[in-house]
Amino acid sequence: MQALYAQLLVGLINGSFYALLSLGLAVIFGMLNIINFAHGALYMMGAFCAYFLLNVAGIGYWPALIIAPIVVGIFGMILERTMLQWLAGLDHLYGLLLTFGIALIVQGVFQNYFGSSGLPYAIPDELKGGMNLGFMFLPIYRGWVVVFSLVVCIATWYLIEKTRLGANLRAATENPTLVRAFGINVPRMITLTYGLGVGLAALAGVLSAPINQVRPLMGADLIIVVFAVVVIGGMGSIMGSIITGFALGVIEGLTKYFYPEASNTVVFVLMVLVLLVKPTGLTGRAA
Amino acid sequence: MKHRISALLLGTALALAAGGALAQDKNVKIGVLTDNSGLYSDLGGAGSTLAAQMAIEDSGLAAKGWKIDLVSADHQNKPDIGTTVARQWIDVEKVDIFVDVLNSGVALAVNNLVKEKNAIMINTGAATSDLTNAQCSPNTIHWVYDTYMLANSTGQALVKAGGDTWYFLTADYAFGHALERDTAAVVVKSGGKVIGTVRHPLNSSDFSSFLLQAQASKAKIIGMANAGGDTTNTIKQAAEFGIVSGGQKLAGLLLFINDVHSLGLKVAQGLNFTETFYWDLNDGTRAFSKRFSERMKNKAMPSMVQAGVYSGLIHYFKTIDAMGGNPHDGVKVVAKMKEAPTDDPLFGKGTIRADGRKLHPAYLFEVKKPSESKGPWDYYKLVGTTPADQAFRPLSESACPLVKK
Amino acid sequence: MSALTDDTLPTSPRAIRDEMIVFAAMAVLLGMVPATGIYPFFVMQALCFALLACAFNLLIGYGGLLSFGHAMFLGTAGYISAHALKVWGVTPELGILAGVVGAAALSVVTGFISIRRQGIYFSMITLALSQLLYFIYLQTPFTHGEDGIQGIPQGHLFGVFNLTNPTVLYYVVLAGFLGGFLLIYRTINSPFGEVLKAIRENEPRAISLGYKTDQYKLLAFILSGTIAGFAGSLKVFVAQNASLTDVHWTMSGEIVLMTLVGGLGTVFGPVVGAFVIIAMQQYLAGFGQWVTVIQGVIFVACVLTFRRGVIGEIAHYFRRTL
Repeated sequence: MQALYAQLLVGLINGSFYALLSLGLAVIFGMLNIINFAHGALYMMGAFCAYFLLNVAGIGYWPALIIAPIVVGIFGMILERTMLQWLAGLDHLYGLLLTFGIALIVQGVFQNYFGSSGLPYAIPDELKGGMNLGFMFLPIYRGWVVVFSLVVCIATWYLIEKTRLGANLRAATENPTLVRAFGINVPRMITLTYGLGVGLAALAGVLSAPINQVRPLMGADLIIVVFAVVVIGGMGSIMGSIITGFALGVIEGLTKYFYPEASNTVVFVLMVLVLLVKPTGLTGRAA
Repeated sequence: MKHRISALLLGTALALAAGGALAQDKNVKIGVLTDNSGLYSDLGGAGSTLAAQMAIEDSGLAAKGWKIDLVSADHQNKPDIGTTVARQWIDVEKVDIFVDVLNSGVALAVNNLVKEKNAIMINTGAATSDLTNAQCSPNTIHWVYDTYMLANSTGQALVKAGGDTWYFLTADYAFGHALERDTAAVVVKSGGKVIGTVRHPLNSSDFSSFLLQAQASKAKIIGMANAGGDTTNTIKQAAEFGIVSGGQKLAGLLLFINDVHSLGLKVAQGLNFTETFYWDLNDGTRAFSKRFSERMKNKAMPSMVQAGVYSGLIHYFKTIDAMGGNPHDGVKVVAKMKEAPTDDPLFGKGTIRADGRKLHPAYLFEVKKPSESKGPWDYYKLVGTTPADQAFRPLSESACPLVKK
Repeated sequence: MSALTDDTLPTSPRAIRDEMIVFAAMAVLLGMVPATGIYPFFVMQALCFALLACAFNLLIGYGGLLSFGHAMFLGTAGYISAHALKVWGVTPELGILAGVVGAAALSVVTGFISIRRQGIYFSMITLALSQLLYFIYLQTPFTHGEDGIQGIPQGHLFGVFNLTNPTVLYYVVLAGFLGGFLLIYRTINSPFGEVLKAIRENEPRAISLGYKTDQYKLLAFILSGTIAGFAGSLKVFVAQNASLTDVHWTMSGEIVLMTLVGGLGTVFGPVVGAFVIIAMQQYLAGFGQWVTVIQGVIFVACVLTFRRGVIGEIAHYFRRTL
């Protein structure tokens, strides 16, 4: 029984990465109607950015949590300005293809310069060690990841659902022409939104740098799992993607306990089941 | 009678001419088929091409009138691309010998092709022990390591050192199962006990749940029957969960110096695993590695795969030089290579067995603590040595048809 | 939402005549390959991928469904054929049949699941399904994991054609490709194909006209998956191995890339695209480390400036369909 609690907690930790990533995807999709295939690559860039901040500029983990998402977010905004915005009005699939191409380029370039085995990134001193919860040894860093990503997720939800800025955003998604008539610069808002979504991916990257080896391909396989999470949750609501992300992590954790061999496939099996019962996903609106 | 004599003379003359032509054919083409862009590019890749280049320079064959060409290609870890490139190299570019060929899938595919076309492969990169077992070939030499040897050496040496209870963390596919099976057999044979195992899917990013189970087992040794990113992430997260500081030891069953380099000593310290080459073993290895590293883009020390490319080619050059020319006949050259003992500064003295297995000692290393290391790439302490004749799969267990029983 | 392929003119007798001329020219050119000294194995591999891309194109170009998991049909058929040939020792024709039937069965199941959503969701679902299958193949023993199934015997097709002879093998693969191509071509120009195009252009309208659009889409999916499987089975004879790379999602990406480069929704585009990409991979194999980057650049360049693809641009210039 104790081991079960441990697995649930571990699942929650993984769920926080799923939640951060699917949240970023949902934000981008909501505004730009683009499924951002480059999300995994940008997540990886976030982790690399943290590495460089530490090893080149001597800037540690805490500032990196803020700087890396901003740097990668700016990179994302440049992408949006130079490429993605030309796809407005075209079929959504072109956005998917374009971002897939971007992902290949980014991952390929990093692979060439930094090799494949990756780079080390240590846990910040403040979060080293762990505590004995009775049923498991919890590294403090993992606890921090759960708490911090929950806070970020809820803050993002609040920003979009409860503030005036968020209201403008949502309005611009529904009817860009009308919103523009109110004197709001819609293209700039789109760019900033893409930056926000990308920043969330980069933030997840920084968070994972001390846990996972910083490797060029660290996001390549993860993105497919996140896609499945998105299909299961549907992209109807911000809250929906957060809850699905965490829930999926927990379910995966349970599988690791009861039948570890299937822990990589359980997400996809769930996706199939959900599609059979409710094709629009758990919280989704019709596409 | 006169006719017969002249016919005889003519025959002799022709034979001499043919022999002469053969002796004069001093052209060799070497193909480095490796992973230049993917998961294993640090292990082989550009470093393997450099090692081949250095072997050509050091062989001194150019001064003896030999013309040696080198081509290299990226098989992108796809058996399809590997075989298409290899086929084209043999048919069109007349490549005589393939080196590196890491990635077991590609290696086995090329192994079949090389046999069909009577070329040569000195495989220094692939882990699968099938290359010298069920799928052995008179055209292939497996130079550096294989899964059987890694399991054998690591398992044996660690049990001997007191690590008699094992828990396996196994990647859930054929490769992981084979590593686990071979190691478990050795552990039991050496008097140890396997108290549990957990199978994780390939390319997991999170190992914490598996590590928690391993930790709860209280086994002295946690054997990692996985590879690549899975192994490095396991090690990193094991450090986080305090597994090594809690007294359990991690044993890698397929791990390379490049992995240790990328993990950093802080995380990798205390790790045990087997390699057959380390740059800082003796004066010979140090001299070569220094020259190698100076010419590498990122100043990396050679991996055992890259060192194997050099060592294998040196032996190949010696053999064809002794033959006086290149017969372009894979079986014949490989047979000659098996006859002569090998000797080079990197792997020392060694032999090649009938099944194509190159024999040399295997070294069990432990990764140093950061305080013990004198600088970059000073990573290993030698813990134990398994002699060449005990390190690899004995011929009595071999399923290779080339082995006469 | 603008459609993926623009200004597809209605099929006129003239267009069909044009296409038949191009088809004949293509068949003759490909038929002459062994005589030219061009390396046949390269062309054979390209032909397998060309057929695969054509099958994929049937779905995207005429059904508006972008599958990001088509590698699963290629790989499944390949594994089944390889296993049948090597372990059961069946004849080549039975090996191909087994692979094609396996791919067809898979496409029924995956099609039933994935056509429940459209657009990008459809893409993501096919991608996820193919990843699920990748994990299954990785773990089941008959695929031999990373080692793959190796050294597959080629044998004699129908007991007559000796497939170990490269020239014979070439013509068998070519015949398979041309047959598959004609089947797809026939489908596009059939009443069934017309309904598919109607669904692609405006699904609600097609529904209101009384068409059960889901059934049409499912049928197109099955046909596409089955032909993709056929390409996978043919490839087994060329490569003599079946490996995990054929079911990995990067392979699905390459299929999309081939079709995109040649021209989505054009008849001959996927063939041209497949040859371009396969040639590039072979060439870049010697070139070094930039393969994925260059593929990515082509993706981006195609989407931004070259959306019609090679054949699409040519056809647009001449105001024809090709």
